[in-house]
Amino acid sequence: MDEKDSEQALTPEEAKRQWETGTVAKTIARCPERQAQFRTGSGLDVDRLYVPEPAAHVGETYRNKLGFPGTYPFTRGIQPTLYRGRFWTMRQYAGYATAQESNRRFRYLLEQGSTGLSVAFDLPTQIGYDSDDPLSCGEVGRVGVAVSTVEDMAALFDGIPLDRVSTSMTINATAAVILAMYIVVAERQGAPLTALAGTIQNDILKEYFARGTYRFPPRPSLRLISDLFAYCASTLPKWNAISVSGYHIREAGATAAQEIGFTLADAVCYIETAIAAGLDVDDFAPQITFFFAAHMDLLEEVAKFRAARRLYARLMKERFGAKNPKSLMLRFHTQTSGVALTAQQPDNNVVRVAIQALAAVLGGTQSLHTNSKDEALALPTEDSVRLALRTQQIIAHETGVANTIDPLGGSYYVESLTDRLEAEAEEWLARIDSIGGMVAAVEQGYVQRAIEQAAYEYGNSIETGDRTIVGVNKFVEDKPPAMDLFSVAAAVETRQAEAVTAVKRNRDAAAVAAALSRIEQVARSDENLMPAIIDAVRVSVSLGEICNCLQNVFGEHVDAFS
Amino acid sequence: MASSIAFAPQHPPIRILIGKVGLDGHDRGAKYVAHILRDAGYEVIYTGIRRAPEEIAEAAVQEDVSVVGLSFLSGAHIALFRRVIEQLRRRCAGQVVLVGGGTIPPDDVRTLKSMGVAEVFTPGTSARTIVDRIGQLLDNRQVA
Repeated sequence: MDEKDSEQALTPEEAKRQWETGTVAKTIARCPERQAQFRTGSGLDVDRLYVPEPAAHVGETYRNKLGFPGTYPFTRGIQPTLYRGRFWTMRQYAGYATAQESNRRFRYLLEQGSTGLSVAFDLPTQIGYDSDDPLSCGEVGRVGVAVSTVEDMAALFDGIPLDRVSTSMTINATAAVILAMYIVVAERQGAPLTALAGTIQNDILKEYFARGTYRFPPRPSLRLISDLFAYCASTLPKWNAISVSGYHIREAGATAAQEIGFTLADAVCYIETAIAAGLDVDDFAPQITFFFAAHMDLLEEVAKFRAARRLYARLMKERFGAKNPKSLMLRFHTQTSGVALTAQQPDNNVVRVAIQALAAVLGGTQSLHTNSKDEALALPTEDSVRLALRTQQIIAHETGVANTIDPLGGSYYVESLTDRLEAEAEEWLARIDSIGGMVAAVEQGYVQRAIEQAAYEYGNSIETGDRTIVGVNKFVEDKPPAMDLFSVAAAVETRQAEAVTAVKRNRDAAAVAAALSRIEQVARSDENLMPAIIDAVRVSVSLGEICNCLQNVFGEHVDAFS
Repeated sequence: MASSIAFAPQHPPIRILIGKVGLDGHDRGAKYVAHILRDAGYEVIYTGIRRAPEEIAEAAVQEDVSVVGLSFLSGAHIALFRRVIEQLRRRCAGQVVLVGGGTIPPDDVRTLKSMGVAEVFTPGTSARTIVDRIGQLLDNRQVA
């Protein structure tokens, strides 16, 4: 209590000095800032952090609601130096056609200054069908790269050392199998597993109400997630075992407050599942990350990121009793909004993306994907992907917004929005709790209805003109856009399907059968599935074969008519 | 919130099937269109996501719909529309008015129309345009 009393007597400047000599100094000793001195474009000094006027003492309110970067409740950021140390990771989501073609796009992005990879898989891969499965017809290599066997995964990362890049993979229902393939490729490259850095999305709940790539019913899917938590905690120390995703919830129509509320409700479910499976919250919580959207309302979005950080910190401390500071930090990736892109006057999207990306940076994101201007029409061309990356580089290197931490902290408007979004998100969280948690809320269609209603209202606001979308319902032009669009050749599907069939012909059939029966046996027990899946991948058992085997035990989830 | 588009219900109501075929899970647009068509007085059956072409055709016949609208954001529109059309013909339901929507590039819109898809609504199309155009297509069909 003494410490608290003495803190209360400090002026903000004194409290800031204390933070700088403590928290910040420790961080800088480990990781120096980008420059010794930061200046504005016209040469004025820029300090690390700005705090309230000295006249006002740092009271309860400032400390409880804002605190300092890197300290509870992390409203102003999770790192003591944030982008003064290093910029966010510029991570462009990419993948199409076959592994060979996507490998070329990855190498191109790395050459252009991308600092992390993010793999888009095609829908069959995300749902667990091989490229040669009839159910994959028309979808192979369309929205991402097709990966059916470990050979595809090896080709995808050919020439890219897995111990030196960080890789994010948007994979959920089949995350266990895809991670197993990544591990086996790393082994073949001679990369130590302790050096593997990256993220699997592994967030199945939102698939049932916002994204749609589920395969198994919710409860066995949660078991797979829990198995992955345990495996990552014990074997992959630098790997994020989950990226709890509000992005798709927002894109499906949710409001900013619902985005936070439903995402944290999903997180609560995963944490409770892992605790019920016998894990300690501080063992796995540091490997939980988040993923949010950056939409058009710049200041509301900044407030949203700040509100999410504070609410999560409180939740972890008060509800789950987490003690490790890393367990309390909401680290997140951001992607600019796909829904906000327009097919009309597509060049306007460059401006939209820049503003959304700025929101993410002002909100303290850890990594960022900027959408390309042509994505309301097709997959992006290489030129438009480069422009999207350049947008991030301009924000980082030219605007100066990365030179001080939480630059909008203390704005009356932003602080008020932060408080209101946090309160409203907490109400959504309480509603989900009162229904009995996220699984029950999804099974009852509660979340689906709430999102659908919000999407309907958004659509109507455009229809009535209450909401202006430039080029769509105002400032409309008649001439259709003249653009070169990217397309995936139809021949890709045949070529990829034949390659998968060839791998299946040339492997040890007895080893395949044994590996599959082992998976089935483990699936029926409560042993961790990861080792059996990794063993199967090593002998070239395919993604589809493993998922079909799991489906025999777990069953399949099917959407309903309405 | 009341919709901006409300019409007196037709008697008997015209039925429309809004569907998602293949593996694509993006259903915001399909659900929104289902909603505005209901507001406009149609009886709408929404299939949910990830239906097989056979299921769509079967539901269209069973529910005796006049219009089938399919939404695609995955790029699989040509292959899957072709299979749905095939399945509808096999069930002698080739006269159903077909419409599509989603992220469909202009070249593919032309291809789809040559295959018999009457209209394709790309992103940004207003609710009013969709409702009016479907009404028009149904009127044309009655004249023909």
